[in-house]
Amino acid sequence: MKALKKRKYRRVNRREDYLSSMLLLLPYLLLFSLFIAIPVLIAIGLSFTYFDVIRTPELVGVSNYIALLTQDEIFLKYIIPNTFKYALIVGPGGCILSFVLAWLVTQIQAVPRTILTLCLYMPSMVGSLMIQVVWKTIFSGDQRGLLNAFLLSHGWIDSPVAWLLSPDHLLTIMILVALWQAMGIGFLAMIAGILNVNEELYEAAYMDGMKNRFQEVVYITIPSMKPQMMFSAVMAIVNAFNTGWIGPALAGSNPTPDYSGNLILNHIEDYAFSRYEMGYAAAISVVLLLMIAFFSKVAGKLFTEKD
Amino acid sequence: MAKSKSKLKGKRVDPKSFSRDQIKFYCILIPIACLMVLPVVYMFNEAFKPLGELYAFPPTLIAKEPTLGNFKKLFELSGTTGVPMTRYLLNSVFITTVTVILNIYITVACAFVLSKKGQYRVTKWFFGINQMALMFVQVAVAVPRYIMIVRLGLIDTWAAHIFPLIAMPIGIFLMKQFIDDVPDALLEAAYVDGAGNFTVIRRIILPMTRPAVATVAILTFQSAWQATEASNNFITSDVMKTIYYYLNALQTNNAVAARGIVAAGTIILFIPNLIIFICMQSRVMSTMSHSGIK
Repeated sequence: MKALKKRKYRRVNRREDYLSSMLLLLPYLLLFSLFIAIPVLIAIGLSFTYFDVIRTPELVGVSNYIALLTQDEIFLKYIIPNTFKYALIVGPGGCILSFVLAWLVTQIQAVPRTILTLCLYMPSMVGSLMIQVVWKTIFSGDQRGLLNAFLLSHGWIDSPVAWLLSPDHLLTIMILVALWQAMGIGFLAMIAGILNVNEELYEAAYMDGMKNRFQEVVYITIPSMKPQMMFSAVMAIVNAFNTGWIGPALAGSNPTPDYSGNLILNHIEDYAFSRYEMGYAAAISVVLLLMIAFFSKVAGKLFTEKD
Repeated sequence: MAKSKSKLKGKRVDPKSFSRDQIKFYCILIPIACLMVLPVVYMFNEAFKPLGELYAFPPTLIAKEPTLGNFKKLFELSGTTGVPMTRYLLNSVFITTVTVILNIYITVACAFVLSKKGQYRVTKWFFGINQMALMFVQVAVAVPRYIMIVRLGLIDTWAAHIFPLIAMPIGIFLMKQFIDDVPDALLEAAYVDGAGNFTVIRRIILPMTRPAVATVAILTFQSAWQATEASNNFITSDVMKTIYYYLNALQTNNAVAARGIVAAGTIILFIPNLIIFICMQSRVMSTMSHSGIK
């Protein structure tokens, strides 16, 4: 009797369950397909065409990719070195900075910690508007710029330096601003991770002869935090490669002087919105995607736990 | 034994009491925190400076003659199109609120299925696809998205603002990891008691995953508040644009004359962000600390 009852319940349940599950899944699935999946497929498709937004796209095969890798001078001479320099410093650098600051912040009590965390997180909440206003003022090229005023008054330079307009300095300034903003969600994730490490591990290690805090961090804290570090690393990499607004925002012009502040994203925007060559722009974005995927995999390998 | 215990007391992570050991950490952290906050403080003061002081040399950090004039001018400025500033503000608030609420429901629903209904093949590969979407760059899909919006007939509607923002892969990622930790036994008990999926979500999942929901809400808020894609590409009538877009345009076009006004506007944009973060930050930390982030 009991067994029969159970079976009947299960059968009705399964179909109902399937239907209601699909219903729950549907809104997101729909929106995702419409606004993310399908556009991406269209973009990939466009990368094999010549499309100037006015006439219908004409298929050109892989010539976009070939042109990109062999003929695009700006891409090869400026964009790629800039992007790699920027992404590899801001990505891993931002991650390491986040970790160091997160560790420092967990060594103090809860109340000061919350205040300091807020201070450190604040730059990442700031939008591009504020960045322009503040940093442009600090690095402004005339003697009224804060940095110039400071250096001039101390006699370290003779005449004001146009920081944001000089090809040598722009990229460095961009990297600085990016690192300033780097303490975002990844930072919070790290703090949470460090706070959550099992205390008994530390005690056991100290009893086993571990001598100082540096060892403590390397042998216990970091290995226990692998999931959070991976999350943080992937977010940092993706964000670093996908940034493009800092250069033109600081320099005030697009393209930046001598292409020194142009990253791969600017290049895509250039071709898509200024030159109306959507096909080519799409090809560049596919290349960008492959780069991000590659580095994400690397980060994944570094931080995945070996079960 | 006693020795190692006392050795550990001041050196622990998350200490309960202050000890001299911690001073060296404060020495490093406080200057860095100041460095981080300084530009924001400067920005704050910019908004309160009268025009003369904005361009004073040497530049001042704290406003010497604070005035609310910039804010007044900002609200009086209705732009060439005759649309009052408050309308833009209203647009932004409306769009952001609706987006956050819808996003939470849709994300929780989807994440629940992805997490607990692994027996259907659909759920497994969809999560993988979602992960990949995290890596995509917005610009590349700008034109295709425009095509989609046109085809769906959504140009110049509220939906054009809201719908693209709701599909947020990172929300799904976080929610799913969190829901993974809800014990299956609890859900089984609910099913046996006759609950359907919707009830389970409402009565069990939502209360238990409050930190993650808060985090998703914050992330959605931040991205919706600062979204310019819709105002830029999908909306033609000025009345429907967001305040973020409007202030951005203002900044680009009148960098010199409107500096104080833009600074005032930036503060208005920044404050909601700040308030929401302060209220929810403990929840966010709680989300991240969950081992479920694997």
